[in-house]
Amino acid sequence: MSSTQRTYPWLAVGLLLAVGGAIIVSTGLGFIRITPAEVVRVIAARLTGDASLASGLDPVFPYVVLDVRLPRILAAVGVGAGLAVCGVLYQGILLNPLADPYTLGISSGAAFGASVALLCNHTLLGHLPVPLFAFAGAVAALMVVLLLASRDGQLSPTTLILAGVIVGAILAAGISFMKYLADEQVGIIVFWLMGSFAGRTWGQVGVVFAALLAVLAVAVYYGRDLNIIALGSRASDSLGVETGRVRRILLVAASLVVAVCVSVSGIIGFIGLIVPHLMRLMAGPDNRRLAVVAALAGGLLLLLADTVTRAVLPAEVPIGVLTALIGGPFFCYLFRQRGAFHG
Amino acid sequence: MAERAGFLLENVHFAYGDKAALHGIDLALAPGRFYGLVGPNGCGKTTLLDLLMANRQPQQGRVRLDGERVGAQGRKQLARQVALVPQDFAIPFAFTALEVVLMGRHPYLPRFGAPTTADLMIAEAAMAALDIAALRERPVTELSGGEKQRVVVARALTQQTPILLLDEATSNLDIRHALTIFQVARERVRQGDTVIAVVHNLNLAAAFCDEIIFLHQGRVAAAGPTAATLTSAIIAEVFGVESRVARDDFGGTLQVSFRYGG
Repeated sequence: MSSTQRTYPWLAVGLLLAVGGAIIVSTGLGFIRITPAEVVRVIAARLTGDASLASGLDPVFPYVVLDVRLPRILAAVGVGAGLAVCGVLYQGILLNPLADPYTLGISSGAAFGASVALLCNHTLLGHLPVPLFAFAGAVAALMVVLLLASRDGQLSPTTLILAGVIVGAILAAGISFMKYLADEQVGIIVFWLMGSFAGRTWGQVGVVFAALLAVLAVAVYYGRDLNIIALGSRASDSLGVETGRVRRILLVAASLVVAVCVSVSGIIGFIGLIVPHLMRLMAGPDNRRLAVVAALAGGLLLLLADTVTRAVLPAEVPIGVLTALIGGPFFCYLFRQRGAFHG
Repeated sequence: MAERAGFLLENVHFAYGDKAALHGIDLALAPGRFYGLVGPNGCGKTTLLDLLMANRQPQQGRVRLDGERVGAQGRKQLARQVALVPQDFAIPFAFTALEVVLMGRHPYLPRFGAPTTADLMIAEAAMAALDIAALRERPVTELSGGEKQRVVVARALTQQTPILLLDEATSNLDIRHALTIFQVARERVRQGDTVIAVVHNLNLAAAFCDEIIFLHQGRVAAAGPTAATLTSAIIAEVFGVESRVARDDFGGTLQVSFRYGG
């Protein structure tokens, strides 16, 4: 047993407790301060239906906890977890530790879709649902990338990355054009692109967690195949793995989940790059373990970042900006620490 | 196990797009023999291995294994019959050497099954045979090219297949470890397995192979028992170099010497 195999259960349990603790503590933070014990009482009262558990508390607390803060907090946890798991899958599929969920232009597709909706909403057409357009844009971008990259059933990492870069570049030009068209309303597009969890609903939380659980299940189911794909497609084929098929399934599953995450939160970078990296150092490269701890760590990290911008900073900084500001330098540090990245 | 007839290729053609890679290949590769696949770069050796692995399908002709179209029973079943040591073996993630070698047991494990003690013993025996037992817990990303290559060979041995394909499995190795790999392969052949090896070093081919197949421009230029096939005439035809093939008393095998320069 390697050392990472021994420490894995501790890491997983530790992260799970940390996520739980962070949810409770962060729910108490904000303009109205609520102690962790009171948060627990409010949640317990709702879960058990026993109102006496919350008796004696400020009557506004249940509203603040359950209707305002928890949906936002859980959305952040779910999106962080989803992005991190998808980062694991993308890195495994593309055989590249520097890949992230946005490498294949999914984010550009979502941004393009969202921009279209935002622009229309502020000019002529009235109410288009931004999350739905973001999702559709992401899926459309994915389909174009897959179409470009498919050659006799195989999906080679290099072709995929190239196709992603091309599609991303075209969409970026489209987004720039729409920003230009938006003229003075450009702030709305820019703000959406930088991501936010403000005002998320329980419905969105439900969608994100359904997607998260689905992709975790797929990741664990195909985890060993994905491990073997790291040997290269000739070797993995010769070991009985349907390399092309597994790559396609995982890619589509991960991309759909990324599309869901982006449509809920806007574009949040670095979580899907750094968390898989960090967890690979701590839990080893086995994707079955990695997916689980990356989900926990991704959820924790994005929740902390969102709590900082929501409750600690004097003014709310867009979450995507914050993760890039924290993640970028941290990544540089990792990069220097580890020397050149393998592969 | 099904009746073992080995590989049979009949009039096999393969092209990448309109660029022909192999034409009219007829070969019978019988069990219990050590075959050397020899030829200049780009002559179709790797393509031929891809056809044997059912990674590609011939546009014409048939590739059969033990009487059936190769790969007809699915990839996982084929992975219990044929193992491959590929040419490139970059592994981007820090799996330990043992983890990589154990991946050789994949075709035998149920989806959610973990390797058993028996699997572990097979992997450890393969590592010991290749002199890499000490690398067990080392991340493969930190191994030298030669060490990594031996890990990949051990992984293929761990697959315990009756047929082993080596695609330039010794290209990164010093002579001692190259000999180790060929000796391990030779031992497998002695026990009745088949080895089909792409070999660039003609002297290694001469020393270890029962039969040599010369590929040249997508065709079989010559094939047969090493003593009869490995001649300076065919080397001149296929590689365009002058050579002398003679029995070497020290090694007790045929050896090829080349005229260098001039």
